[in-house]
Amino acid sequence: MSYQETATAILDEETHDAINVDRTKGDFTFPERNKFDAGWGLSSKTVDYICDVKQDPDWVREFRHKALAVFESKPMPTHWATEDLNNIHFDKIRYYLSDGEKPKRTWDEVPAEILETFERLGIPEQERAFLAGVEAQYDSEAAYSNMKEELTKQGVIFVTSAEGLKEHEEIFRPWFGKVIPTGDNKFSALNSAVFSGGSFIYIPKGVKLKQPLQAYFRINSESFGQFERTLIIADEGSEVMYMEGCTAPKFETATLHSAVVELVALKGAKIQYITVQNWSSNVFNLVTKRGLAMEDAEVRWIDCNIGSRLTMKYPGVVMKGERARGEVISIALANTGQHQDTGAKMIHAANNTTSNVVSKSISVGQGRSTYRGQVHIPKHLKGCKNNTECDALLINSNSRTDTYPAITVKGNRHATQHEASVSQVSEEMLFYMQQRGLDQGQAMSLAVNGFINDLVREFPMEYSVELKRLIDLEMEGSVG
Amino acid sequence: MTSVLPAWLQARQQAAQKRYESIPTPKRGDEAWRFANIKQLNFENLSGTALAADPANLISRSVGLESPAAKFVFLNDELVFSESSLPDSVICLPLAEAFEKHSGLVEKHFMKQETRLGSVKYAALHEASVKNGLFVHVPENQIVEGAIEVHHWISGGVTVFPHTLVVTGKSSQVRVVDVFHSVDGETAGLAIAFNDLCAGQNSSLDYVAIQDLNEVSRMISINETSTARDARAKGFVLNTGAAWARNESLSRLEGPGAHSDMLSVSIPDREQEYDQRTFQHHVSEGAYSDLLYKNTLYGHSKTVFSGLIFVDEKAHHTDAYQTCRNLLMTDDCEANSMPGLEINADQVKCSHGSTSAQISDEEIFYLQARGIDPSRARQLIARGFSVEVVARLNDESIEALVLSYIDKKFNGISKN
Repeated sequence: MSYQETATAILDEETHDAINVDRTKGDFTFPERNKFDAGWGLSSKTVDYICDVKQDPDWVREFRHKALAVFESKPMPTHWATEDLNNIHFDKIRYYLSDGEKPKRTWDEVPAEILETFERLGIPEQERAFLAGVEAQYDSEAAYSNMKEELTKQGVIFVTSAEGLKEHEEIFRPWFGKVIPTGDNKFSALNSAVFSGGSFIYIPKGVKLKQPLQAYFRINSESFGQFERTLIIADEGSEVMYMEGCTAPKFETATLHSAVVELVALKGAKIQYITVQNWSSNVFNLVTKRGLAMEDAEVRWIDCNIGSRLTMKYPGVVMKGERARGEVISIALANTGQHQDTGAKMIHAANNTTSNVVSKSISVGQGRSTYRGQVHIPKHLKGCKNNTECDALLINSNSRTDTYPAITVKGNRHATQHEASVSQVSEEMLFYMQQRGLDQGQAMSLAVNGFINDLVREFPMEYSVELKRLIDLEMEGSVG
Repeated sequence: MTSVLPAWLQARQQAAQKRYESIPTPKRGDEAWRFANIKQLNFENLSGTALAADPANLISRSVGLESPAAKFVFLNDELVFSESSLPDSVICLPLAEAFEKHSGLVEKHFMKQETRLGSVKYAALHEASVKNGLFVHVPENQIVEGAIEVHHWISGGVTVFPHTLVVTGKSSQVRVVDVFHSVDGETAGLAIAFNDLCAGQNSSLDYVAIQDLNEVSRMISINETSTARDARAKGFVLNTGAAWARNESLSRLEGPGAHSDMLSVSIPDREQEYDQRTFQHHVSEGAYSDLLYKNTLYGHSKTVFSGLIFVDEKAHHTDAYQTCRNLLMTDDCEANSMPGLEINADQVKCSHGSTSAQISDEEIFYLQARGIDPSRARQLIARGFSVEVVARLNDESIEALVLSYIDKKFNGISKN
């Protein structure tokens, strides 16, 4: 065994150890039953195959081919990002897998194995309890998509992206690829070439959804790349909360997830987008997310990253209308074998726009968490404000955390502030709790939960309970 | 002066020249040059011809501290004046002379650290071309009172390579002030300066650089500081002049109890651009570093601040702080800040902060109510903003010197 192989083997072992403490819930798989399989590797033939299976209109086919060329022409961004990206072998990934079924409107029609998958993840139960609509994606396509009937009557559209681009082209097409152009980065180009699945949501003027919509992304097949594409348009004065969850079983080989999510909040609209990402720790999670906020509109990203091997995700808000507001609330937990490279982009493009970024990260074992931020306030604007806070908590002596913000302010009619701190759980705090009868692990969990508590409260109730539980699990065995 | 350079230096200069030629010029997209104005690295518009200047005139214009411990004046890297009242045990010589007389000692400390903040090409050019500067070596337990003062003048469209190498022995103390001037106000010159500061155990080393070149000249200055156990190093940079100045400051904390203060005040106006990159490298555990950079921006000026606190794996119990504050005085100025942290150890206290804002109307109103007109009020507040950094120098005469350059700059701005 060469030195490098030994190193990889040791690393893998550590990765496995890290996985072993958690993710039992998502770690199972069913035999593949794919009718359509684009095969291994990526070429213009793969793109044509996907177009044929999905019966894409010509403009989509053209869009995909152009994107493929952009993807191939762009270098890996390793001049600033981690070298780990070079471990993605694009020719050893399958780009499209589906059983050829249309998404079902009731769970009864969903194939038994897929139903069982989502039952075990608790999706139908959650839907009954508190959701206004659910889409459940299994590999490349949605298996289930349904929404409460009264919402349909109000004109709300909640369908897969494929249905959106065919059935609602007049609303879909003007915004598609506009918030995140194909060439934004290498992975947005990749997604644009091979996207499949994801949601298209349109909320009509003045409609305020009381309950959230949810999408659940599930990878079932090994060496598979999931490339969903989501577009949410909130028309004037409307409000929507969208939640996404993601899991995958633990495979031996690396899996790629590269989504593009575009949000458009028209005048006075509000969009909240909540992600709880718990991919297994061999998933490369490279996601581009950006929202456009027009006059008086608000876009909030609430983002929680617990899983994956490498996550690179910097949700952004372009504040295009006056008084628009952007916010990113981010929690990241990096265990051994994981690198959570997350952050935020706030682009101020109109007067009196305000943005807020609050990021808390926890590094456990040899985990590494990184915050990357960009705040841009150009000239000739006035009254723009940004607040950024990033706090990092290091649990073990070999944990790692990095912060790389970039703030540009032009002109003297704005205010920005950025603050970051790095700390660890103090001995005194642990001692105090241990004196009161908690063991060291419990004390540590309590301290960590206290660190992120004010952010967890931003998540809907059901999710915050889940989050605390996940963090308890992750912290298990990390001290002592 | 015909001096034969020591063999080690000749070899290093040849190697450096090759490196300079082989390293590509920084380009857009290089992370170390993010937000930077790469066009400023085109030095072709320099005329290349030195202009004659009257040394006596320059010596009289080299006004500095009231009673410096030693004083040197260089014109285009040639020594034109020196005087010293330093104790004999202290070596304080023009570098050209030190290469000859203390070759071994210089070799031991000369440009030992890796340049890692982007200007590796220009550090190589400096190494290949350096002819002069100052070498200071303070022996164990020697406390140097007062400060060593050095004036560097550029005359004509030439490039100068001033080098300041300061080495302090155990429990010693010294202060060095470099001032960079242009002889006239119209000729574009270039300074690629380097300062090597090696603070020995439990010693105290203060270094102050005042950059007051004319507003068509450019400057790259690279600072590398190493602090041993219990040493205290202080680096201060004032930028008032130059069309474009790039400062790269790297401080390495090599022993427990080492303490490094990194300070800067920049007051750009008109089209001036200051690009500052810093690196606080905690190699040892139990060390302390604190950075405070303040920019007051006028006119169409632009600043870039990129700082990184880097804590090595074993450097537990690190205290590291980094603050960059921008005061925006006009609607056309631009401040870019990239305060960064990379932490690989635990039991660490680190923080960084960056703010950009203008003077609030309430503050102006308060001073107006006390009979001070708004423009004067703004200047007073801006001065106070800078003074907070200057006060950290803790030496009245050096503070007064720095403030005289700050006031000169503010007076120039109020005339516009």
